[in-house]
Amino acid sequence: MSRLILALVQREARLWLRRKADALLPLLFLAITVTLFGLGARPNDPALAQSAPAVIWVCSLLAMLLGLDRLFREDREDGSLELLQVSGQPLALAVALKLLMHWVMTGLPVCLLAAPLASQLGWSGAGQGTLVLSLVLGTPVLTLIGGFVAALTLGLPRAGLLLPGLVLPLVVPILIFGSGAARLAQSGADPAGPLYFLAAALVLALTLLPGLAAAALRNASD
Amino acid sequence: MWTWFHRLASPPWFYDFAGRLLPWLGLASLLLIGYGTVGGLLLAPPDYQQGEAFRIIYVHVPAAWLSLQVYLVMALAAAIALIWRIKLAECVVVAAAPIGASFTALALVTGMLWGKPMWGAYWVWDARLTSELVLLFLYLGVIGLHQAFEDARAGARACALLALVGVVNVVIVKYSVEWWNSLHQGPTISKIGKPSISLEMLWPLLGMTLGFMTLFGHALLRRLQNELLQREARSQWVRERWARGDV
Repeated sequence: MSRLILALVQREARLWLRRKADALLPLLFLAITVTLFGLGARPNDPALAQSAPAVIWVCSLLAMLLGLDRLFREDREDGSLELLQVSGQPLALAVALKLLMHWVMTGLPVCLLAAPLASQLGWSGAGQGTLVLSLVLGTPVLTLIGGFVAALTLGLPRAGLLLPGLVLPLVVPILIFGSGAARLAQSGADPAGPLYFLAAALVLALTLLPGLAAAALRNASD
Repeated sequence: MWTWFHRLASPPWFYDFAGRLLPWLGLASLLLIGYGTVGGLLLAPPDYQQGEAFRIIYVHVPAAWLSLQVYLVMALAAAIALIWRIKLAECVVVAAAPIGASFTALALVTGMLWGKPMWGAYWVWDARLTSELVLLFLYLGVIGLHQAFEDARAGARACALLALVGVVNVVIVKYSVEWWNSLHQGPTISKIGKPSISLEMLWPLLGMTLGFMTLFGHALLRRLQNELLQREARSQWVRERWARGDV
């Protein structure tokens, strides 16, 4: 089992190394959209710092959507997905590892970029740590939900249009609690409640969604 | 008992069964909604606080209840479709989604119309309103996903998976007024214990709710019949009924 995990992780890592631009694109998108908010608002508007948690969370969420429709498509086109399915190994495990690597390459950089972007919007110091923590807990859930929907829409002609419409309603609670935690910390209150909720959502998503995504993949290849 | 269930899952048998049930459901729904309308809009006394404006509950509350119940029916059918691969359950998933979306939209619109005079705003960012809106998006997602598939069976099963994941939201809608301090009022009617609403107001509301439920049953059966006809257009039983003029 550990050899299987190692092989899958190695394969994903190698694939990511060969298309490094794909990992940079969400970051670029995030930096540009947040900057656009800064440019669209009145210069040095204090209201911008106040809405910074919402702006950064929504932009991160949209940035995480970018690579999703390619998540399983290439594996399906070159046949490796089919090989995984007939290999007799648990497909849910392979899906979970794939999503984990996807998060490491797209979600983690987004989390790291959040604090500099928050400063850019005029949000100084206090509470930025909570923003990063809320993103660290929340973005894996976004990747898991997005991976599930990507598996559902795999092979559909209009998957690129359909995918955001299906993912966004499902991630609404994550956005509410994630940006809620950051907002509480910004105003000096205790953000523990929403953070616990995010952690609970992460555990739930990690337990259920890889299995459901595997079921969706089997359905798509039937 | 079990043979009855097995027969129910067979498309031709179900088609005829639904055809026999439809007129009764339609009649019951017409009578109940008629009673609810007259009783609620004309006979019930005005509310001591909200005056005549409270009468919108006779549409709003049943629609909101149904929006959740339809989702539960859809999710239950989704589980059955995925576990036992019953064709009819797949059809229920795709047939229930547009009906549920209509009830949800109706609940949202009536709630907004009531909110303007009572709260002073059509929309507030409140837990129950927001989660009800998300429910509408979930229904629309199921409809959109179904439309995108060419193969009806694979599409229905994908919808079933999506519907199951969305169940989380139903729980949030149901308990949002109890978990959070919401502007939306708490429940006044509970099955256990004495409801905090006068009986003259309650009876038309219950009539209206049963009327909406039978209306849902009617619409669901009709849509199921259509779905079955479309899916099995080339099979023998459809041809037989076509020859009889029974479609």
